[in-house]
Amino acid sequence: MELTKKRSFTLQCPMPKLDFDIITLGHGSGGILTHKLLDKGIYAILEDVLTASRHDGIVLEVGEKLAFTTDSFVVSPVFFPGGNIGDLAINGTVNDLAMCGARPRYLSLSFIIEEGLAVEEFWEILQSIRLACLEAGVQIVTGDTKVVEKGSGDKIFINTSGIGVLHPKAEIALSRVAVGDRIVLSGPVAAHGVAVMSRRPGLEFETTVRSDTRPLHRAVEALLDAHGVAIHLLRDPTRGGVATTLNEIARDAGVGIQLEQDAIPIDEDVKGACELLGLDPLYVANEGVFVAIVSGDAAEDVVETLHGLEEGRRAAIVGEVVEEHPGKVVLRSGIGGTRVVNMLAGAQLPRIC
Amino acid sequence: MKYLTEYRDPELAKRYLEEIKRTVTRPWNIMEVCGGQTHSLVKNGILDLLPKEIRMIHGPGCPVCVTPLNLIDKAVHLAVHQGVILCSFGDMLRVPGSEMSLLEAKAKGADVRIVYSPLDAVKIAADHPDREVVFFAVGFETTAPANALSVLHAHRMGLKNYSLLCSHVLVPPAIEAILEDSECRVDGFLAAGHVCSVMGMYEYYPLVERFKVPIVVTGFEPVDLLQGILMVVRQLESGRAELENQYSRIVTEEGNQRAQEIIFEVFEVTDRLWRGMEIIPNSGYRIKEKYRAYDALYKFEVDIPEVEEDGQCIAGEIMKGIKKPIDCPNFGTRCKPETPLGAPMVSSEGACAAYYHFYRLTVEE
Repeated sequence: MELTKKRSFTLQCPMPKLDFDIITLGHGSGGILTHKLLDKGIYAILEDVLTASRHDGIVLEVGEKLAFTTDSFVVSPVFFPGGNIGDLAINGTVNDLAMCGARPRYLSLSFIIEEGLAVEEFWEILQSIRLACLEAGVQIVTGDTKVVEKGSGDKIFINTSGIGVLHPKAEIALSRVAVGDRIVLSGPVAAHGVAVMSRRPGLEFETTVRSDTRPLHRAVEALLDAHGVAIHLLRDPTRGGVATTLNEIARDAGVGIQLEQDAIPIDEDVKGACELLGLDPLYVANEGVFVAIVSGDAAEDVVETLHGLEEGRRAAIVGEVVEEHPGKVVLRSGIGGTRVVNMLAGAQLPRIC
Repeated sequence: MKYLTEYRDPELAKRYLEEIKRTVTRPWNIMEVCGGQTHSLVKNGILDLLPKEIRMIHGPGCPVCVTPLNLIDKAVHLAVHQGVILCSFGDMLRVPGSEMSLLEAKAKGADVRIVYSPLDAVKIAADHPDREVVFFAVGFETTAPANALSVLHAHRMGLKNYSLLCSHVLVPPAIEAILEDSECRVDGFLAAGHVCSVMGMYEYYPLVERFKVPIVVTGFEPVDLLQGILMVVRQLESGRAELENQYSRIVTEEGNQRAQEIIFEVFEVTDRLWRGMEIIPNSGYRIKEKYRAYDALYKFEVDIPEVEEDGQCIAGEIMKGIKKPIDCPNFGTRCKPETPLGAPMVSSEGACAAYYHFYRLTVEE
């Protein structure tokens, strides 16, 4: 718990002393500058979360059923209230593994850095990576650093891949989604997207909203320990939000999904920002909540289990899987009307008036 | 959330619905003028809850939808061939032009930027003194004050590289055009609350008198809309035709006078072509001669030939209330939000997009 409090860069982590303050193409050349960046920067900062073989790859001994995933992170701006691209890149992959019902173990970590990135910013990102790894209990076992010309990137892109060991009780599959299942949301929606948007150039607004980026594997593990096979499917509704995730499930599983608008947890400040920008919070990105499709009779116990955890304090049953309208998500509005919740056609654009 | 939660109260909404059902005795066609109202009716599922006698007709109040094709082509031309930084509200970007949309132009390398306020575009102009910056000024009376203000700001800052591509449209002349159309079947109107918050109510008295039609200035939340509908129905059922104000917490008789002063400092009324409709007399704003240096139409060579609409989109008939989106043979089949044939399927306030979200349950795909 102590770790969650120091999620951002603090002075407890002294910055390495270096003779350069921005990253240049030379740092990606593979020569002396690259080694300087690696030895004095990346290796030094990530020391306690790194299993470095100083080789082209790593040999791991893992005797169990594995989950494997990869994700690239291109968030703009790189720093936003509640986090930065560093902890996002770790938590994102940790969560993808968790959604498979796996305990995350090993991660790869690759940077594509745009020439000109301030070393100070890079260090801050590395510190966030370190703290996120410590919190999630994962080790970085391989990685890569490339530098591209100014204009060919947007400060920094990060790719992480991850391996996790499957929970013995996990039976998570799309094919297990069935009519009568209930839909549980682990926490309030839309905080990440709003936090990032509040720092977009041209859109900056004062808000108390912070990104919800955090690892979800502990909550998933607690659910699987307590409810095992009653957990049919887990998904983290990142890009495209809850609406997109549920549409994918409805379409791919060939079932209908019925949502109750009033049951969907959302913070007041997030709601206010969405109203102001003309955004539907159901389509706004999350980085710290998940959707669980669980058997109908276990749903209330699942929510109770989640309520006992920090990550799931605001968990709620928000809908159910139905026989009607297969492939579609239908929402019952606060005043009792219904509407279809579609996939988004393109990027969600704020309205004019 | 204060000022929102109370206007989304399910109990209150239910009471208004019951009162509407009690009051109505025969079929009525009511037009909500503003796209924001259309959106709210659909988003909250209100169309389904109304008694079958009440038929809502979705008016022309979506600025994106009524912006003429030629003006979109001009915007694309400025961005692609004249190398300007073209700033626009996000909604305009996906609307198809005759060759491409602004979004496609952006993908091909044109400098098209989404801004959230025209004042951001002025800032971009100040930051890039070596580039021309054009703001695509679309919208009704609601966006006019800010757009006019951007010209005044640029003028005060002495910026020579900022201009507006102006496509402002006005609500009352559009209502008049709809009422004059021989095919018009509208019995009463919900006027656009936000437009009236700027302009006040005085422009609507002549319409009520001349056409003997009830007009109720209405807000955007479910309870606002239901109350507005009830007020129109009560007038219709009792044979009255008056101008009433449901949105009195925002709208005053005289409107926002400071905003009006700013508008009329920069703009003057002009005839304007509405996409899908026709040229409506005195239905838009253009930049006054005094500020012509800020008018992109004068500043740049933008004589783009008019391209005929290909006729696949029946937006005009929909916006006049003659047809519903679902009457269009392309609705939900060839025309979808991701492959729009016309603007009403693009904009979040367009009637077709709203219907697509709502009626997809029953439309064959």
